Amino acid sequence: MVWAILSIKVENKPGILFKVTHLFRSRNFNIDSISVGVTEDKKYSRMTITTIGDEKQITQIVKQLDKMIDTIEVRRLDVNNSVYRELVMFKIKVNKPEDSMEINKLASAYSAKIHDAKKESIIVEMTATPHQISAFEELAKKFGLKEMARTGITALEREEHEH
Amino acid sequence: MNDNNKMENMIGATALMKSLEKEGVKEVFGLPGGANLPMYDELGKSNIRHILVRHEQSAAHMADGFGRVSRKPGVCFATSGPGATNLLTGIATAQADSAPMVAVTGQVPVAMIGKDAFQESDIIGMANPALKYSYQPRTPEEIPTMVKQGFYIAETGRPGPVLLDIPKDVQQNEGKFTFPDEVRVPGYHPWADPDITNTARAVELLLSAQKPIILAGGGVIISSAFAELQSIAELLMIPVVTTFKGKGAFPENHPLSLGPIGMHGHAEANKLMTEADCVLAVGTRFSDRSVGTFAEFEKNLKIIHMDVDPAEIGKNQTTSVAVVGDVRASLRIFGKMLMDKAVRTSDDNPWLKHVKEVKQYWRENLKIHPGEMGAAKILRKLRELLPNESIVTTEVGQHQMWASLFFDAIHPGTFFSSTGLGTMGWGFPAAIGAKTARPDVPVVDIAGDGSFNMTENSLATAVLEDLPVIVFLINNYSLGMVAQWQRTFYDRRMVGVDLKKCPDYVKLAESYGAQGLRAQSMDELDSAIKTALKSDVATVIDIPIDPEEDVLPFVAPGTGLKDMILPS
Repeated sequence: MVWAILSIKVENKPGILFKVTHLFRSRNFNIDSISVGVTEDKKYSRMTITTIGDEKQITQIVKQLDKMIDTIEVRRLDVNNSVYRELVMFKIKVNKPEDSMEINKLASAYSAKIHDAKKESIIVEMTATPHQISAFEELAKKFGLKEMARTGITALEREEHEH
Repeated sequence: MNDNNKMENMIGATALMKSLEKEGVKEVFGLPGGANLPMYDELGKSNIRHILVRHEQSAAHMADGFGRVSRKPGVCFATSGPGATNLLTGIATAQADSAPMVAVTGQVPVAMIGKDAFQESDIIGMANPALKYSYQPRTPEEIPTMVKQGFYIAETGRPGPVLLDIPKDVQQNEGKFTFPDEVRVPGYHPWADPDITNTARAVELLLSAQKPIILAGGGVIISSAFAELQSIAELLMIPVVTTFKGKGAFPENHPLSLGPIGMHGHAEANKLMTEADCVLAVGTRFSDRSVGTFAEFEKNLKIIHMDVDPAEIGKNQTTSVAVVGDVRASLRIFGKMLMDKAVRTSDDNPWLKHVKEVKQYWRENLKIHPGEMGAAKILRKLRELLPNESIVTTEVGQHQMWASLFFDAIHPGTFFSSTGLGTMGWGFPAAIGAKTARPDVPVVDIAGDGSFNMTENSLATAVLEDLPVIVFLINNYSLGMVAQWQRTFYDRRMVGVDLKKCPDYVKLAESYGAQGLRAQSMDELDSAIKTALKSDVATVIDIPIDPEEDVLPFVAPGTGLKDMILPS
C-alpha cells in the first residue's frame, strides 16, 4: 500500500466536488484527505486529494478522474519532490498556570502560532506535514486535547532541477 | 455574423426544440407531466415526432435501443420527480452498455429547488454515477450550448447517457438566443490517436503467438469495425470469440467464428479461450460475466488490449500491450502493418486444426433439450425464417442466454441486449426504439415471460405508433434463470419464481390491439413467425416451453471458464 497525493484541476463550477467524491465512493476508492480552493485562474479550482491504495488502484483512480469531463488536469505528485502541508488547529487544555508557558514553548518549537489564549484553553495553529502534526498531537495530548480541526493536505510539485 | 448565429427572442422550451432539431432529432420518446409541460407545448408545434410511452423506464429503453442501432443519441423526455426517477434504470442500463442517449427532464422552478417541492427530485444527484455527463441550465440562454455539448459528449468516444434537467421557469422564460455550430468541452478528450509503437508491438506479439485468438467486444459494434476485424482474422487465420455484448461483431456463420465466451458462452469458445496463449481483445472491458475470475483468465495468457477508454486498460486484467483509441482506427493501423509485413498464414497450422476439431466436436455433440419445443430448436427456427439483416433485441434471463447460444448473429451489428446492467424489461421497448430507427427491417425481441412482464405495457406504444415489432416469447411461466440457480445452487428450494400461468399472452396482446399467436408445435411456430413477419401490427408469439429446461453450458460465478458445467 502506498500513500499518494493527487492534484486535480477542475472547472470552478458548482457540483464538481460532489462528482469527484462520488467517483471515489462508487469505485470503492478511499479519500484520506481533501482540500479545495481556487487556482491562480479563477475559472479553475484545485483539489488536492490524498489516498491510500496499491499501485494498481492508484493508477485506476488517476485514470477514472482523468476520464471525468469536469477535470482539466489530473496529476499524481511525486511525494519526494513536492511541498505538501496541512493547516491544523488544536484547542489544548490549560490545567495549571505553568501549562500555558509549556504550550507556548512547544508551539514555538514547531513554529506554530498561539491564538485565543484563555485560562482554560489555548488554540494553537500550525502548518506542517502530516508527520509533524501527528508528533505535535501526541505532545498536546499530555495537556489534554479538547478539539482538533485539520484542513487536509494541499501541495505543489517542485520545479525540475535547473541545469 | 451568419444567419445561424443571429440573436433570436424565444422561450427556453422553443430553444430546446430548435436545438434538438439542429441535432437532427426526428423522434422523442417520453411522457408529459407538470414540470415539462412547456417543452411538450413546444414539442407539439415542432416537426419532431413524439412517441408516447406508458412508463418512463420504457422511454429510456426506447431511446437506448434507438441509439444503439442508429449510433446517434436517442432522446427521451420525462417530467420531474417520479418521471425522472423512472428514467433512472434506463439511464443506468445505457451507461453500463455504452449507449448514446440524451435524457431531458423537467425540474421544479429554480426558486423551488431544495424546498422539497411537489414532484421535486435531485435527479442529477441520483443519476450522477450512471451518467456520462449532466446539465441543469439556470437561465434559458444556456440551453443551446448544453444541448450541443450534450449530444457531442453522448455520441463521441465511449458513448453514454447525458442528462439535461431543465427547471420549469427556465423552459418558460424568454431569452435572446444564439445557436452554436460547434462546441468545445475543455476537459473532454474522447479519442486518443492509436499509439504506433504500441500497435507495432501488438502486431509482433500476436504474430509470435502459437495459439492466438481474437476476442471481440461491444466496442467493435459501436465503432463499426466489422470489416477491419474480419480482414485481420482472415489474413492471419485466427479464430474469433466474442463477449456477449460483442455478439454480432463477427458473423457467427463464419468458419473462424466460435461465438461468445462467458458464463453462458459456447462450449468451444470457452474451451479454446482457455487454451489460447495470446488474445487480441478489441473493445471489451473484460466483464466478470465474460471472463470468469480475473486471475484465472490471465494465467498463461498474453493480452493485447485495444479500447477507446484508457481507464479500461488494466482495470480488470493485466495487459501485455495496450492500444488506446477508437478501435476501428486501431484495427486499421494494425491491419496495415500486417499488410506491409506481407504476413500470410496457412490454414493447416496445428492450432487452427485443433480449433476446427474442437468446434466441430461441440457443434455435433452439445446435448440440447430433447423436446420438440426445446430452446435450441425454436431459436434455430427463428434464425432460419428471419432475414439476416433483421435486428434482434433480448430481454434478460434464460431466453437471453439461449439466444446467445443458439441464435446466430450473422449480419454485423444486428444483435442487442442489456448485457452490463442486465435490465429485465429492456428488450421490448429497445426493440420499439430500434424499429423507429430502422423501420425497413424486421425487429424481434427474443423475450422471456418474467422480463416481458416488466414493460409489456409498451404494447400500447407499438400498436398506436405503428411500430410492428415481434415479441418472440419463450414462455416457461417462471423467472427461469433464478429458478435454474435455485435448482443448481439451492437444492431445488424454489422461492418466488413460479409465475403461475398468468397472464394469457395471446389475450394480453389482443387487448392492446396487437396480434397474439400461440405456438405449441414446430409447425405452429413456423407459421406464427411467417405471419408475424408479414403483419402490420406488433405481434406476440407465445411459445410455451418446459419450465425445467436449464441453460447449459454454465460457468458458475466465481469460477474460471475452464470449470464450465456441461449438459449431462
